[in-house]
Amino acid sequence: MSFRGKTAIVGIGETAHKRSWPNRSALGLAAEAAAEAINDAGLRREDIDGLISISMSFLPQRVAEYVGIRPTGFAAGVGMNGATPGAAITIAAALLDEGVCNYILFVNGNARDPANPGSFTGAPGEAGGSTRPDFISEFVSPYGPAIAANTNYALLYTRHMYKYGTKPEQLARISVNQRFNAGPNPLAALRDPMTVDDVLNSRYVNYPLHILECVMPCAGGIAFIMTTAERARLLRRPPVYVLGAAVAQGFDNSWLTPDICQTATAFSAPAAYRMAGYGPKDFQFAEFYDCYTILHATTLEDAGICAKGEIGPFFESTDTTFKGSFPINTDGGQLSCGQFIAGSSGTQHVTEAVRQIRGMAGERQVARHDLCVVNVNGGSPSQEATMVLGSANAL
Amino acid sequence: MTTTPTRTPPSAAADGARQTPSKPLPRPELKSLTAPYWEAAKRHELVMQRCTACAGWIFYPREQCPVCFSQKLEWAPVSGRGRVYTFTIVHQPAHPGFQGETPYTYAIVQLDEGVRVPTNIVECAPEDVRVDMPVVAVFDDVSVEWTLVKFKPA
Repeated sequence: MSFRGKTAIVGIGETAHKRSWPNRSALGLAAEAAAEAINDAGLRREDIDGLISISMSFLPQRVAEYVGIRPTGFAAGVGMNGATPGAAITIAAALLDEGVCNYILFVNGNARDPANPGSFTGAPGEAGGSTRPDFISEFVSPYGPAIAANTNYALLYTRHMYKYGTKPEQLARISVNQRFNAGPNPLAALRDPMTVDDVLNSRYVNYPLHILECVMPCAGGIAFIMTTAERARLLRRPPVYVLGAAVAQGFDNSWLTPDICQTATAFSAPAAYRMAGYGPKDFQFAEFYDCYTILHATTLEDAGICAKGEIGPFFESTDTTFKGSFPINTDGGQLSCGQFIAGSSGTQHVTEAVRQIRGMAGERQVARHDLCVVNVNGGSPSQEATMVLGSANAL
Repeated sequence: MTTTPTRTPPSAAADGARQTPSKPLPRPELKSLTAPYWEAAKRHELVMQRCTACAGWIFYPREQCPVCFSQKLEWAPVSGRGRVYTFTIVHQPAHPGFQGETPYTYAIVQLDEGVRVPTNIVECAPEDVRVDMPVVAVFDDVSVEWTLVKFKPA
């Protein structure tokens, strides 16, 4: 039983990533992205009978009403933080393959309008912990963790350096190569080139994380539409087939993982590869979640793109720009575009894979673009979803 | 009895000077569950939860063993010795109460018994902290009610 190649992504919408969108709301930006995705697919809003939005911040009833769709075949809010779009693709592929509904829209938005605090959707709770008493407020917050999600990613980074000899100057290349990729991307918030020294000379948010190894929270709207392979072939864009998809849940507190250096991608990637019938040596490019350099690095290892512990030498020897031998995060990734928080931050990895596979990525189009592996991450790090996406040539 | 509400935290009011926000004290969800841990800490003793059925150590405290699902759990003393599993040096704390102390070390210590705990490494400059460094528990009486368990080089 498999949904390999049975469904496809047929429409995408993505606004510019901006530090804030004054005088816009999260729903308004989501609606803009949804409309763009529906137009891109060549559909009418009446065609959309399925909706997946975000359980944490963006409940389906409000999204459907605001956008103007009637998802009477299926609707759900899914909450997997940045991995939500990966969970959505996995759920949507299974539902579409079963004939539960015909066209599923995934959409999210965030405005971060400084004049309107309510426009910061999915903002984390109280600084240093949750608002409600829990394990974190009892045993973590009193010891002074760093701001935002930085603490647990830094804990992973320190252990990875100890265990594998990974060096910050190696991981800095992730930020540098992605910034090169962002150059021709008009949607990216940060496009000026930078060097390894720029990264290493930037301030520590908390050691060993330099600020240029961390994402900048941004705002905007983003969406995609999936349907069955049969319907996809009748639409205006080349279908981007879902060849494999899998979701794996890790620990909430990543430092409780028996080996903190192993993310749940070690489980989601092999499952997605088994379904697709493809493996790491087959992929022509990759779009991998990149809230921090170390998360990007560790999930690339766990997906088998290089051997475990070898990500430092991999980035020393591999040109990962869109012109290189193995392009990664060809739109600049979150590190350059800016992170759409609130559960949709992995969605840009999906929309960029779609653009590249269609051959519609413009100046940053990669040379070989029939087969891509996408990995999205949620928590810090907690859940992972891996997808194998491809053109008709990869079916 | 006062009728004038004040926004000043008690500790800052006592200082009488700058209104530095207090550091967060532990806020348990279920006081009855974790009281033995905090009462022991107050006596400068470290205890951990242990499953009487499978003998596994458990942290953070729970109502049921995550290994064998037994609900017969007990509190037992541990050595207080362990090693730094990993750490970060905080330059930008989440809570403003820690602002005056940066940079400081936030760490995960793996006790000799095998459980891991979030903590601070003290009596050691942050740049001298190393992964796998042997450490021993020390007790920091941060208020009349609360004692935090930190670690120093062994």
